[in-house]
Amino acid sequence: MKKFISAVFVAAIALGAAQADAKDWKKVRIGVEGAYPPFSSVTSDGKLVGFDIDMANALCDQMKVECELVTQDWDGIIPALQARKYDAIIASMSITEERKKKVDFTNKYYQTPAKFVRKKGSGIEITKDGLKGKTVGVQRATIHDNFVTEVYGDAVEVKRYGTQDEAYLDIAAGRVDLLLADSVALEDGFLKTDSGKDYEFVGPDFTDPKYFGDGAGIAIRKGEDELAEMFNAAIDAIRANGVYKSIQDKYFNFNVYGS
Amino acid sequence: MDFSPIFENYPLFLEGLVNTTKLVVSALAIGLLIAVPLAILRTSRNPLVNGPVWAFTYFFRGTPLLVQIFMIYYGLGQLQFVIELSQDWTFLRDAYWYALLAFTLNTAAYTTEIIRGAIEGTPYGEVEAARACGMSKSQTYRRVILPSAFRRALPAYSNEVIFMLHGSVLASVITIVDLLGAARIINSRYLAPYEAFLSVAAIYLCFTFLIVGGFKLLENRWFAHLRPREQTTGKKQTQPA
Repeated sequence: MKKFISAVFVAAIALGAAQADAKDWKKVRIGVEGAYPPFSSVTSDGKLVGFDIDMANALCDQMKVECELVTQDWDGIIPALQARKYDAIIASMSITEERKKKVDFTNKYYQTPAKFVRKKGSGIEITKDGLKGKTVGVQRATIHDNFVTEVYGDAVEVKRYGTQDEAYLDIAAGRVDLLLADSVALEDGFLKTDSGKDYEFVGPDFTDPKYFGDGAGIAIRKGEDELAEMFNAAIDAIRANGVYKSIQDKYFNFNVYGS
Repeated sequence: MDFSPIFENYPLFLEGLVNTTKLVVSALAIGLLIAVPLAILRTSRNPLVNGPVWAFTYFFRGTPLLVQIFMIYYGLGQLQFVIELSQDWTFLRDAYWYALLAFTLNTAAYTTEIIRGAIEGTPYGEVEAARACGMSKSQTYRRVILPSAFRRALPAYSNEVIFMLHGSVLASVITIVDLLGAARIINSRYLAPYEAFLSVAAIYLCFTFLIVGGFKLLENRWFAHLRPREQTTGKKQTQPA
């Protein structure tokens, strides 16, 4: 009897292992942020919309897998991937060296520069002297946070927010002097909205790969190369067959993929 | 696990420690100062006096602290006159004061109810005795009711102090670098959730330990008259637990 039970156990374990090995990704769960317009936001009736969302759905169609989108706050978006709450992150995450230590990335699916925003007429210039004593709002744990902390950290006060939306509220309330974020997110998420009409871009486009990485990629748990390959092939495919361009044209009037 | 980012960034945690301490201590101190007169008003039988205080405590005890913080920080920030005022008074741009306001009102509401309960628990004989001695109303409060009410309120109030400490982590959602805020920065920079949050958990634990110990000392002192009498055999007695 004992032998029989242990045999069943061994068989069950072997079976489980075999199944895990042969996982052929019928269903992929994707972590998204949902607070980063125009890439990812939640409409008033609770639906997820945006470039990242469309991109996720298009890639899943291309890979012929079922997709489930999971919203997750930015702060915990990598830990939740490692905790297997989902299998991939499509959340405008820049491919940086720091993050590569924890997760793998696919190739980029878009690349846009970072920029500062100031109030019209404030006359703030983006130099060490011009920034002295100013307050800069950024989203916590982003490339923009790292950049401003490292490059201008001793000149400015950095205010860190959980979401980009909260930073928009605070610059409109006059509590921060500048924002640093992705230029497209700033333009569509803030400058084009009613509360952003008194604000403008200032300073250069920032693209230094040391801080800003190599564009936004899809993050995958380390070692799941198969899934990364599937995503890479799908990105190439939708770039070639025009699906990418039709999604891009829905949101932007320029080439968001970069060069 | 690798705790070196915590040690390398100890100034950040120090800043967090200072901010947490400042926020909690000032909120508790101001809250207590507000709560004592409010508690006396709250025991009044006149609904015009009692009613507004009741409404205040009902609101602040009936809504989550996070909601109160959002209302005060982001809500006030939307008002035009606050935006204009904060052009000149730059302290209005600082999240610290909004958090302090929210914490103070919140703890004042809870403390008011704690002290009200203690005042109402005063044995009526004590009040009658004070009257019979010819004390005025304010003298009765000062000499009889409040001292004994504070004594009775102490255990409940020590809980409120601990809740306030733990509630203060909510300051980190409105950009204040308190202890949790520091941990969140470290977590996001090094992607090290366990190291960062375990470290602050340990600091909060020490904090709570100090608070509990402090109240224990205070209770020993204030409740000395309730302890069994020490025997006067000359030798030093150990304190009963």
